[in-house]
Formats: sequence, C-alpha cells, structure tokens
Amino acid sequence: MVKLKNILEKGYLFIILAILYAPIILLFVYSFSNSSNFSFDQGFNFDAYIAIFKSEKSPELWNAIGNTFLIATVSSVIATIMGTFASIGIFNLGKRSRRVVENVNQFPIINSEIVMAVSLMIFFVTFSFPEGYLRLIIAHIAFCTPYVVLNVMPKLEAMDPNIYEAALDLGANPMKAMLKVMIPIISPGIVSGFVMAFLMSMDDFIITQINKGAATGINTLSTYIYSDARVQGLEPFWYAIFSIIFVIILALVLSVNLVKIQKQKQKEAKAK
Amino acid sequence: MKKKFKLTKKVFSFPYILFLILFVIVPLVLILVNAFLDSDKNLTLNNFKTFFSSPASSIVLGNSLLVGVITTVLCLVIGYPVAYILSKMSSGKILVLLYVLPMFINFLIRTLATKAIFIALNVELGMGTVLFGMVYNYLPFMIMPLHTTISGIDKSYIEAAQDLGADKVTVFLKTTLPLSVSGILSGVTMVFIPTISTFAISQLLSNGKIFLFGDSIQLSFEQNLYGVGSIMSLVMLAFVLVSNFVMNKFNRNNDAVRRSLW
Repeated sequence: MVKLKNILEKGYLFIILAILYAPIILLFVYSFSNSSNFSFDQGFNFDAYIAIFKSEKSPELWNAIGNTFLIATVSSVIATIMGTFASIGIFNLGKRSRRVVENVNQFPIINSEIVMAVSLMIFFVTFSFPEGYLRLIIAHIAFCTPYVVLNVMPKLEAMDPNIYEAALDLGANPMKAMLKVMIPIISPGIVSGFVMAFLMSMDDFIITQINKGAATGINTLSTYIYSDARVQGLEPFWYAIFSIIFVIILALVLSVNLVKIQKQKQKEAKAK
Repeated sequence: MKKKFKLTKKVFSFPYILFLILFVIVPLVLILVNAFLDSDKNLTLNNFKTFFSSPASSIVLGNSLLVGVITTVLCLVIGYPVAYILSKMSSGKILVLLYVLPMFINFLIRTLATKAIFIALNVELGMGTVLFGMVYNYLPFMIMPLHTTISGIDKSYIEAAQDLGADKVTVFLKTTLPLSVSGILSGVTMVFIPTISTFAISQLLSNGKIFLFGDSIQLSFEQNLYGVGSIMSLVMLAFVLVSNFVMNKFNRNNDAVRRSLW
C-alpha cells in the first residue's frame, strides 16, 4: 500500500516535470535540425546556430542583444546605487514615514506590469520626454530599484549597530564608517539586489514594448522576438537562440541556488 | 535589545523618494486624470459611457475573468499536490528548484515554444491552447509559494493531530490545509493577476482570437484611445489592490517568497 502510494506520488511529480520541460527540450533537440516544423529532414546540423551570425537578420538580432545588455547594465547599476543609499536612508526614517515609503516601494512589484507600463507611457507623453533610451532606462530603473531595496533592507536590519558605532568611536567620520564598515557588511544584499535587477531588466518585455516608441526602431531581445515571430512564427535561428538562453539560465540559477543550499547545510552542520 | 541610534542620515533616501513620486505615483495619478479626458484634453465622462456600454469591453472582461479563474484553479489543483509531495521529501528543497526554474525563462520564449509545438501537432489555436499556455507559464508561480508555506509548517502540529487520533485525510483537511492558506493566497494572486493582465500570451496562442485585459489595454493605447485605456487600467489596478489587500490580511510572505529564490 505504502509502496503504491509512493510510486503514484513520484509518477505525478515526474509527469508534471515532463510537461514543464517538454517544450524546452523539444526546442533544444530540434535546434540542431535547422527546421521550424520539428523534423530532421535535413539531418543533424548546426545551421541554425550559424544563422545567428550569418543571416540577413543577424545585424538586427545583434543590435537587439546589445540593447538588452546596455539597458540592463545601465539601469541595474543606477538602481543598485540609488536603492542601496535609499535603503540606508529609509532605515533611518521615522516609523510612520518609513512605512509609507516601504509601501510605495512595494507598488511597482505588486502592480501589474501592463498598468505600470502604460502609466509611464502617459507620463512620458504628457511631459514630452524624448523617445528612446532615456524613457526605457527610467522605466527599467523604476521597476528594478524596489528589488534592490528589498534585498538590502533585511541586511541592514540584521546588522549589529555596535559595529558601526565602534567605527565612529575609533575616529572614523560617518562617511568613512559607512563606506568601510556598513557597505561591506550589507554587500551580500547589494550583490543579490544587483543580480536581480539585472535579470529583471533583461527579462522584461511588457514595459519595454510599450515604452520603446514605434518610431525609434529600438528593440531589445524580447521585443525583437515579438515583432519577428508574432507574424511568421519561429525561424530556425530562434530555436538556436532559445536553446542558448535555456542553457545559460539553467546553469546560472542552478549554480546560484546550489551554492546557497550548500552554505545553508554547512551552517546547519555547524549549529549541530 | 535594540539601542537607539542613527546609522547615517535620512537624506540618503530623498533621491529615491523623489524618484518614486515622479515615476511611480505621478504616472498613476495621470491614469486617473486621463480617464476623465477626451482626445482634446477636455473634461468628460464619455469614456466611462463608452467603456461600460460597449459589448466589446464586457466580452474582454468576461474572457479575462474566465481565463483567469480557470487558470488559477488549474494551477492550484495541479500545483498543490506537487508542493505537498515535495515538502515531504528530504530532497524536496532541491527538487522544487526544477519546478520553479522555467519561471526564469522569458515568458515570450516559453509561449512561442508551446505555440510552435501546437502548430507542429496541428492543434487548433483557441481557448484550449490559451489555457494550456497560461497554466504552463504560471504553474511555477503557484508551486513556489505553496512549497515555501507547506514545508514551513511545524511538523509537531501534524504529529499532534495524529496522536489525537485523526486519520490521514482529517490531518490534511484540518491541519495542513488551513495552515497553508497564506501560501494558497500568495499563489492565487501571483497567478491570477498576471494571467488577466499579461499581453501577448493569449494573443499568440489564439492567433488573435481571444483578447484579455492586458491585450486590450495595450491595443487601446496603440489606437490612441487614452481615455478608455486609462479606465481599463484603473479596473486592472482595482484587481491588483483588492487581491493584495486580501493577501496581506493573511500574511506578508509574498516578498519573502520572491526573495527566497535568491
């Protein structure tokens, strides 16, 4: 009885996992077929991967990839700097104003992306911000910074205030004490906030699509996928690109989390 | 023991507070303002008339609620057992990663991948494929908070229930399930809101036949119908606020859940 239940449970877990990964695996397998219809008519080859570099769409594609990285880098760096200082400031606000700011900070996170996207678009149009990178970067900073604050805040709360005071007592001025003592202590939060902001920005589609402006011709990878694949479906080179993205993300997330779990285990082992 | 002290000055938060006011609060106020403006920027209530009397908007609203509710229920029914079984396994903490991982792949990519497969299999694109795509996309958002909540339940409650003579079904219904309500609510919000507000998924998987709220908001702004688009955004905003209010009533572990991934 127990055994049967065990098999059923494992079987269920496996079926759901299989469904979740089926499209990803199929796309990966057929990225080596240079076809859009899931067949190996042309045999096993790397043509789809070569097409990433040598097809008529390559310039546009690489332009989009470049834009994705440019926007993600600029906005996540600014978001991290602003968010880190903001966290330190918010931490020192009075109880009531701190709650208000923290609630507003939550807003871009809980709000639906489409509402945030159109609200910013109306804003940019109303105050006639120049179309293009400026709008996109401001928009990306707006939805990335809250995640930085959320990552830094708990580290500030967990910090022992005496360490900072000790630095002051030992003659460091507040600025130096902050840079040399506080920032290093909260740096794990800053780093994870930065990584999250960067990934969020890279991953964004809705806010970019609505704020990029039709006339500028600026595309990020996701808006380029949408404009290219919406009409004719996926050309073989997209299979190759998606496969590369899958592999990178799988490796990245798995390694980040495995390291985290390992650290946790070490901590638990020490505690025992 | 907490001492009263000042780490550094409050001023550090001022640039960000200014930023939040400018780029988060003012834009939202502008949506509200635009709901009352016609295309020549004159005050009017016509937008509300147009929105509430047109059959198109009730179809979109109906479709969105239908797809949203079915997707959420399916995700809950499929996802709860996954989270529950995983929480009982010793390696569940690592295994749950596999279920959450697809979340990190851009939803457009996942949607286009499923679409390509549907086309290759000659499946007709319509309500069925839209629902599949939504569940496929948002299942991880359900499993994650559920797993965090269920695996966080103190085992002694369950042991106590067993010691007091409850059978397995009763233990589940009277202890595990009630204790996981906060996870269910987080999951429901994290699935329902994006489902009705996302744009592109339903469009792509139904070949433009089925429009949900997100799609029509985007479309009305594309057609320069700012007034109607703003009203639809306000309705969407109301959904967001209500569901978050309900969720916060129970628990604030939504961010904890999101953060727990990192």
